[in-house]
Amino acid sequence: MKEGFRQSMNWVHTYSGLLVGWVLFMVFAAGTACYYRDEITLWMKPELHQAGLSLPPEVEVVSNTVAALQQRAPTAQRWFITLPTEREPGVRASWSAPPLAKGAAEPALEPGVTRRGRLYSAMLDPATGQPMAATRETRGGEFFYRLHFDLHYMPAIWARWIIGFCAMFMLVAIITGIVTHRRIFADFFTFRPKKGQRSWLDAHNATAVLALPYHLMITYTGLVTLMLMYMPFGPQVTYKGDQQAFTAEVFPATGPRDPKPSGIATPLTPMAPLIAQAQQRWGEDSIARINVHNPGDAVATITLSRKAQDMSSAQPALMFNGTTGKLLNEVGEDRGAVITTRSVLYGLHLGRFADPLLRLLFFVSGLAGCVMVATGLLLWAVKERNKYAKVVANGGRVGWASRLVDGLNVGAIAGLMIALPAFFWANRLLPVGMAGRGQAEIDLFFGVWALAAIAGLAWPTRRMWIIQLGVAAFMFGAIPLLNAATTATHLGVSIPAGLWAVAGFDLTCLALGAALLLCAGWLGRRKPSAKAVRAAPASLNREPAL
Amino acid sequence: MNTETTPDSVPAGDAEAEAYSLHGWLPRGNAALMYRLGVASRALAAIVGGYVLSALVATVSAIYFPGTRGEAAIFGMLVSFVIYTMAVMWVFAVRSAWRAWLGLLLPSLPLALAVLVHLYVRSAP
Repeated sequence: MKEGFRQSMNWVHTYSGLLVGWVLFMVFAAGTACYYRDEITLWMKPELHQAGLSLPPEVEVVSNTVAALQQRAPTAQRWFITLPTEREPGVRASWSAPPLAKGAAEPALEPGVTRRGRLYSAMLDPATGQPMAATRETRGGEFFYRLHFDLHYMPAIWARWIIGFCAMFMLVAIITGIVTHRRIFADFFTFRPKKGQRSWLDAHNATAVLALPYHLMITYTGLVTLMLMYMPFGPQVTYKGDQQAFTAEVFPATGPRDPKPSGIATPLTPMAPLIAQAQQRWGEDSIARINVHNPGDAVATITLSRKAQDMSSAQPALMFNGTTGKLLNEVGEDRGAVITTRSVLYGLHLGRFADPLLRLLFFVSGLAGCVMVATGLLLWAVKERNKYAKVVANGGRVGWASRLVDGLNVGAIAGLMIALPAFFWANRLLPVGMAGRGQAEIDLFFGVWALAAIAGLAWPTRRMWIIQLGVAAFMFGAIPLLNAATTATHLGVSIPAGLWAVAGFDLTCLALGAALLLCAGWLGRRKPSAKAVRAAPASLNREPAL
Repeated sequence: MNTETTPDSVPAGDAEAEAYSLHGWLPRGNAALMYRLGVASRALAAIVGGYVLSALVATVSAIYFPGTRGEAAIFGMLVSFVIYTMAVMWVFAVRSAWRAWLGLLLPSLPLALAVLVHLYVRSAP
């Protein structure tokens, strides 16, 4: 490659970051939003803003839920119950229905119940076990969660390979970025504003170094979450392809994967004694999830998993016989250093353990990641154009790569900043009872993004940046007004009432809008350098984008 | 045209040539083709070769790492992404594309041998 180790690594850093930067920006942005997945979902279901759910004792919540499931899905293969938390006051209940008989029509869904394939889900009121107040159909924050590794409009398996490929590039970009920097500590304290290329470099360095441990952690742990898919060869050889044996040994808490029902109907054991055993071991209100396999069958099993009390994603679990209530298996915390390492890495990526302050810190670090990726992309564009300064001065054109990157930058960065609030606007402006509403919100998200990207690719100019950032700033900044116009829980109500999830969403959007407005205003104010203005021939009519 | 800001300006119309000379480090003609082939070869070595090497490390770890086979398998996977990153850096750090391939091949051979030994010798009936 080029002379010297640092120069070579700089080249690798530049191109590994550039080639997948547009995807990475979306992954970082959507992934960062996931830290407030529950809050986003709540905001997008305004019917629940003031639900003010009362939380009965754990035992009662469980028996209400089980009664509701027994009524709705007595023949399900599995029930999954996620108990309420502070951030999610409803009970999330899902059940997998047996395959439909050939030619049978899908039964109509009860209000409040959603379906994905054979899996039905509903949010239940913990006090009654009934589906919560009928809400508008929306994917809510779940959309961002899926988007950041499953993309959309394509099979999830392809998407995960694409995301893994990009994540690997990211890991390489981060490590080579570190070795390239001689003065990594000093760089963090360096910012030279209004100096063109150097300012972009400083902004890139500052956001990268500021949250460096976070960037490294989130990229590596992201690969770890899907490593069984990316690197399956070890267990394929040592378990001779026996996936079940591997799962049972490494992830015992998940219980049997595909237990065969016996076909002998047997009533389910009462839950209260099982809950009591869990409480005795883990304390009150410590159950996170309950999985019931083959409810109502003689071979039913019930697994209780503990709420996260540390960073690890693997928490202790108790497995009971579902008809006798006998304790079958207890999965403890100590599973050896290696498996624990993997669980902690996985848990770190999800960040479920984070208290509000740490969650905020993760969110801010994620935003820093977005800025790092965006400034990295812009830096390449600015550098490349500087190479062409003389050519443009002589009436030539910038190269195709420069033009393409400029266009993709506008579309991927500013365009996404428009598409995100468009998703929230769609949530409030589409008719509430419309069929296929959840998908319509998503289609609008991608439709708006596609329009912005096409405009960006067609006119990759500074003016286009200003327009798109201005639109994004307005759409984010006006979200508190949108909320005030479409619900009774505007900031004047939500703050005094202590509805921090709703108020926080409004305020965060307002802050993002303000930040985007600053960017747009800064671009509008900063005149292209006198040299460029004089040099640009009128026929070209295209000033540098940044 | 302002000659002050572009003292060594070339005649308008020669912009293409100017653009080309901007990339001063890019050799011309046949050498340019060789350079591009070199980059392509390295990219292939990094992406495909690096994956094969890290997959081999993951597999050998799963077979020979002490502890339960579950632990060994997980250890191999966790390490593989680090190996992959190092392999990519190696590929672009060395002097030539040939050397890059050689550097991946040399550790891959004994690793592949170790996997074959396990498959056909150790676990033979």
